[in-house]
Amino acid sequence: MLSVLGRLGRAVLESLARLGRWFVFMLALLPALPSALLRPRLIVDQLYHLGVLSLQIILVAGAFVGLVLGLQGYSILATYGSAESLGVVVALSLVRELGPVLTALLFAGRAGSALTAELGLMKSTEQLAGMEMMAVDPLKRVVAPRFWAGVITMPLLAALFSLVGVFGGYAIGVGLLGVDSGSYWSQIQSQVDFFDDIVNGVLKSLVFGVAAAWIALFEGYDCVPTAEGVSRATTRTVVNTSLAVLGLDFIMTALMFDV
Amino acid sequence: MQNTTSRDIWVGLFVALGLAALTLLALNVSNLLTLPSSKGYVITAEFDNIGGLKVRAPIKLGGVVVGRVESISIDPHSFRAVVGMNIESQYSIFPKDSSAAIYTSGLLGEQYIGLMPGAEEAVLQAGDRIAITQSAIVLENLISQFLFQKAAEETKE
Repeated sequence: MLSVLGRLGRAVLESLARLGRWFVFMLALLPALPSALLRPRLIVDQLYHLGVLSLQIILVAGAFVGLVLGLQGYSILATYGSAESLGVVVALSLVRELGPVLTALLFAGRAGSALTAELGLMKSTEQLAGMEMMAVDPLKRVVAPRFWAGVITMPLLAALFSLVGVFGGYAIGVGLLGVDSGSYWSQIQSQVDFFDDIVNGVLKSLVFGVAAAWIALFEGYDCVPTAEGVSRATTRTVVNTSLAVLGLDFIMTALMFDV
Repeated sequence: MQNTTSRDIWVGLFVALGLAALTLLALNVSNLLTLPSSKGYVITAEFDNIGGLKVRAPIKLGGVVVGRVESISIDPHSFRAVVGMNIESQYSIFPKDSSAAIYTSGLLGEQYIGLMPGAEEAVLQAGDRIAITQSAIVLENLISQFLFQKAAEETKE
């Protein structure tokens, strides 16, 4: 009985301590962010790793999501005789929800895990400690550029995802199922609003970018510096980022698109 | 060094692609380009019932969009709905006795305001109010009218 209570207490204390370290990490990283902008070279390198190398999975996933949306949307809309609205269904669901959310989930798996593993290995091979010995602040030199790159990358990837998806829906709807090409685009243009839909979608992906980069970097920076610790931290990154993205998405949808 | 330059090109390409996608989304997918120019002029019209009319709904003349609904409010004295319509300045051609009606595009489509030009010489100026209006057709009213008519016929028989 006592041991159960003890385990519960330790679990609570540990998670509180993690939350505290997360907050301290956040406070320590904030002042390091502006100085990273002075070294764009480091950010460009990270943009390559996080952005360019994620393009493949983002573009392929976006195209297939668009194709599936086209097929499913058509079969439902056709029963109501309004297959012409297919473009709106595809474009709105991509721009508002699927684009930012799926991009963030894929980003967590493709780039977030890599960030955590890289930082974790740097920590366990004592590279971070070595930098501190040379009076180089690892937060400024290593963490901040990766954070910026993550925040910059996410909206760009989400926009590409949505655009490729809209063309995927076009290929299925117009090319295969015979929706009129003109009404596909004109319906989209009349129903999708720039500020309500596209700007809100970009805002969402910016927030997801901050969340994903922050969680990945914290888990790597905070991991137990062993092989097992790094592997656990990588798993936690993917799980926590996914949960954070889904939760944040719900909150932001409720705030942005008041029904 | 060779490696870094090709990497730079890739990053540049990625950022350019992303920005191009954003602009394409903004221009081609949204209605940013069809936003009314602020140079238009605003006229109002009173309706008994605007149905499901929304702000930014199109205003059409002969099917051509000439403006957008800018505001929807209630006149506190007459208890009727007042719709402010922003008409593009190039279309300052509407006679004073023009009429406005609320139509639905398709059976379940969005509602829009259709303008019918009158015959007077003087044209509508900013701030003018259209006097002749026709409310939105509310399906429930139509159905109840039809039902009451049926019932009345049956009692006569």
